[in-house]
Amino acid sequence: MNAIGWPNWRRLNQEGIVFAIAILLFAAAALGLPGFLTADNLVAIVRSVSVLGILALGMAVVIIGRGIDLSAVAIMAMSVAWYLQLLNTGTSDGLAFAYVLAGVLAIGLLNGFLVAYADVPAIFVTLATGSFVFGYVRSQLITQDAVPVPQGHWVELLGGVRFLDIPVEVFVFAGLAFLVFLFLRYTKWGRFIYFAGDNPVAARNIGIPVRPMLVLRYALSAVVALIAGLLTAASLHSINTRVVNSTLLYDIVLVAVIGGIGLSGGRGGVRNVLVGAALIGILLNAMTIIDIPLLYQNLIKAAILLGAIIVDGIINPRDEQTAQQGDI
Amino acid sequence: MTFRERLQAWRYNLVPDHLVGEILTKRWTDNAIPFLALVATLGVFGSIIPGFFKLTSLQESTRQLGEFSLVVIGMTVVMLGGGIDLSVGSIFALSCFSAVYVFFILEQSIWLALAAALATGLIFGAINGYLVGYLRLRAFLTTLVTFIFGRALFDILVSTYAADVQLSQASSDVLDFIGDGTFWGLSVSVWLAVILAIVTHIALTRSRPGWHVLAVGGSRRSAHNAGIRVRRTVFMTYVFSGFCSSIGGFLIACRLSGAGPGTGLNLEIMALTAAVVGGVSLGGGRGSVVKGLMGAIIVLTMTNGLIRLGYGTGTNQMVLGILLAVAVTIDIRWLKNRHKVLNEVYVAPVYLKMGEMQSAAPGSGTSYELDNRLSAADHIGLGELEGPEDVILDRDDHLYCGTRHGEIVRFFAPDYVKSEVFAHIGGFPLGLAFDQKGNLISCVGAMGLYSVSPEREVKRLSAETARSWTSIVDDARLRDPNDCDIAPDGRIYFTDSTKRYDAHDWALDSIENRATGRLLVYDPKDGSTKTLLDGYRYTNGVCMAHDGKSLFFAESWACRVHRYWLEGPKAGTAECVIRDMPGYPDNINRASDGNYWMAWLGMRTPSFDLSLRHPDMRKRMTRRLPQDEWLFPNINTGGVVKFNEKGGIVETLGDLSGNAHPMVTSMREHKGYLFVGGILNNRIGRYKIGGADPNWTSPASYWGAKP
Repeated sequence: MNAIGWPNWRRLNQEGIVFAIAILLFAAAALGLPGFLTADNLVAIVRSVSVLGILALGMAVVIIGRGIDLSAVAIMAMSVAWYLQLLNTGTSDGLAFAYVLAGVLAIGLLNGFLVAYADVPAIFVTLATGSFVFGYVRSQLITQDAVPVPQGHWVELLGGVRFLDIPVEVFVFAGLAFLVFLFLRYTKWGRFIYFAGDNPVAARNIGIPVRPMLVLRYALSAVVALIAGLLTAASLHSINTRVVNSTLLYDIVLVAVIGGIGLSGGRGGVRNVLVGAALIGILLNAMTIIDIPLLYQNLIKAAILLGAIIVDGIINPRDEQTAQQGDI
Repeated sequence: MTFRERLQAWRYNLVPDHLVGEILTKRWTDNAIPFLALVATLGVFGSIIPGFFKLTSLQESTRQLGEFSLVVIGMTVVMLGGGIDLSVGSIFALSCFSAVYVFFILEQSIWLALAAALATGLIFGAINGYLVGYLRLRAFLTTLVTFIFGRALFDILVSTYAADVQLSQASSDVLDFIGDGTFWGLSVSVWLAVILAIVTHIALTRSRPGWHVLAVGGSRRSAHNAGIRVRRTVFMTYVFSGFCSSIGGFLIACRLSGAGPGTGLNLEIMALTAAVVGGVSLGGGRGSVVKGLMGAIIVLTMTNGLIRLGYGTGTNQMVLGILLAVAVTIDIRWLKNRHKVLNEVYVAPVYLKMGEMQSAAPGSGTSYELDNRLSAADHIGLGELEGPEDVILDRDDHLYCGTRHGEIVRFFAPDYVKSEVFAHIGGFPLGLAFDQKGNLISCVGAMGLYSVSPEREVKRLSAETARSWTSIVDDARLRDPNDCDIAPDGRIYFTDSTKRYDAHDWALDSIENRATGRLLVYDPKDGSTKTLLDGYRYTNGVCMAHDGKSLFFAESWACRVHRYWLEGPKAGTAECVIRDMPGYPDNINRASDGNYWMAWLGMRTPSFDLSLRHPDMRKRMTRRLPQDEWLFPNINTGGVVKFNEKGGIVETLGDLSGNAHPMVTSMREHKGYLFVGGILNNRIGRYKIGGADPNWTSPASYWGAKP
């Protein structure tokens, strides 16, 4: 059971603790909060974390490879906003989607290229591209903050699809989680991500194509963000680009880190994302039922994220041998 | 000379290519890119925005610039220490709120408001510093989280108290002055930014805590090993950043008389972009306050300019994103490739047509004809020595030589079997000479002129000369002091072979062949060093003539020996006495019969002579080929040449076997024997000279019989 990617005992403990907290919280909410333990509310919880979870899956793949993608939310919101804007101004669906997919891939590839081949720290690259994507689309391509979905378009219809009374994004989340699980666990390139994240130099020395794989991860993350954006637009019938300036991005990092995916890379998997998403979903839902204002929710989430990072820093201390100068 | 060669000579001897490389070695070239960007930004926006440079418009924008610069100074210091502080916007906003709260709601004095703002900033900075410095968390994510935390707190506070602030009646002249007044035409915020910038600059460049910050940023582990308290230093940088941001927050509180939801928004990415655009390196150790300020002006001009040009929402983020990505990439690539670029452009060969030479081949019948006599020399210290460049003997017949390990080794007479380290110098001792009092004077490679007393006391005599006016690299420093000799009046004449390369890069100097060698004199009376002659191709050995009125010195890459007159009608001038030798001359020393010994470190080859006429080819060679495939002087064969006062060649000794003395850099005659050294050799040779005076010694020849 010592294969790379399998949690070791300490990690299992952290993941276990988080899982236990999630269950405790669930139990406490079920007992203490009226209307928590109803079918509708449970579906709402799962639904509310679906988009977050999908984004966290993309983030997880990047973090396991010792990177981070701070442009995910900008790509998610702005790509879909542009797509809908193109549709609203009469571009044909196929062409508009091709444009947007090309744009999303271009940003993903740019991120990957700058990280892999120009050796720029991921955090700066994605911060810059995120800012650029938001600024460029907002100022050049769309006219207002929120872009509605055109009447009768498939994105709108997608939002109404139910199966066993469960909205479609839950299934998409489950399906994507399963796919990422298969990718990380059973494909060669998935295994390589762990090697590259654990020790990039060693991975390169044994002949793993570390750089092309880095590019692949960022492209993957960008495409996952596009999917998440389409689902958001489907359920809300519009996309609001102000979400880029919200704390959604940090929620994603929170889900990944609190679930136990170490920021030093090489550790964690899909299960960690699910555990993290469960905890955050229950927490957000409970806070909403208790009627804590959004501003205070942000404060609480920030405090939890800070705690998670401190714990992460203590459990996964930075390795002086593989940490590089300027790795901040 | 063909037309092609004439063109080459003009192109490579007149165009100063070498200056490009010399300029690139300067640290200030790091500033050039941001400075040009600054000029370009100001130029572009100044010309397309009407009234950009008007006083009123400048006053408003400089007020904002003052606040922003304060934040950037804090960010710069954190980045120099190897961290990053994304929470500056939150600190700024919270400090602003603290000041507003104390002044407008508690209705306390403005000074108490200032104290509250500072306390907020310092506490917030201390939290960051504790998390990043002492708990060693990742700076980027940690400060990102404290940024969200601070922002959330600020949003709550502002929404709670906004109405109360509006209703407050509090007012103060001091607050109005800080917010709106000017002092000598400049607003308070600009003055504060200027003062803080100067203080920070001096602290960083001239004080111990500042050096500690740079050391930690440059290399955390080395700083720790050097005994610097790394964690505390990192902690202090964040506290300082909090302090800077809180002053900025206080200023904006005075300017706007309140705090709004937009206070400090996007400030972190602006400050980060400013620092990086200015050229403060990510990862620390490189950068300065001035760079940060240049970046601040660029970023603020761009964002404000675009707003005034009427571009819509999002333009700022777009521009900041592009600026940040481009600046970070340039920074990383520049840091990574600067030395590669430097290596590529530094070597700038010149054209030289060497003169026709007489053959030195055995059997050629010339006076340069090499024989095999040196291969019969006894060896001293075989395998114990590495690199005896010069050898010398004292009045008691003991033998001294320098070694690659930075020591002067003494072999004891009469059999030269036992040896000891006579003195440890630290650099590679090259030329050696005894003065009248028995002090051993040595030219130490890359260090300077040193003296070792008989009591083994090492003293530095000279390490620099006057700097020439037109130099770009510092040519006051002695880069390659090579050989020395002492005049009867005690003055020490010595050579510094090149201004362009350090001693161990002599091969590069031979490939470049630029004439930068010097002859210098050190006067022990006043301790001064003067440059006598400049512009020779690798000045090497120096030897006083027997009468002490002139000296000989070798010019290695031109294969010439010159005579420099100390007195008489030609005093202060040099004339060439031997030209176009077939070998590259090294040290020169006196011989017992009134002639002079000269070492050849290597032999000229037709191929290398030809390459000297093709500087373009040599340039391509150093850029494209690995070093061990370069064409350079043949040092597999050398020799010892005896020449007379007039420059006539008397005889030539060699080692054709190549086993004992392939390369000779020095030889010293002593009591009928010739002691031979080579800088790449592992022994000293002792060769019995036929017919030499068995009582002649060099110290006696210089300073008379034993007192």
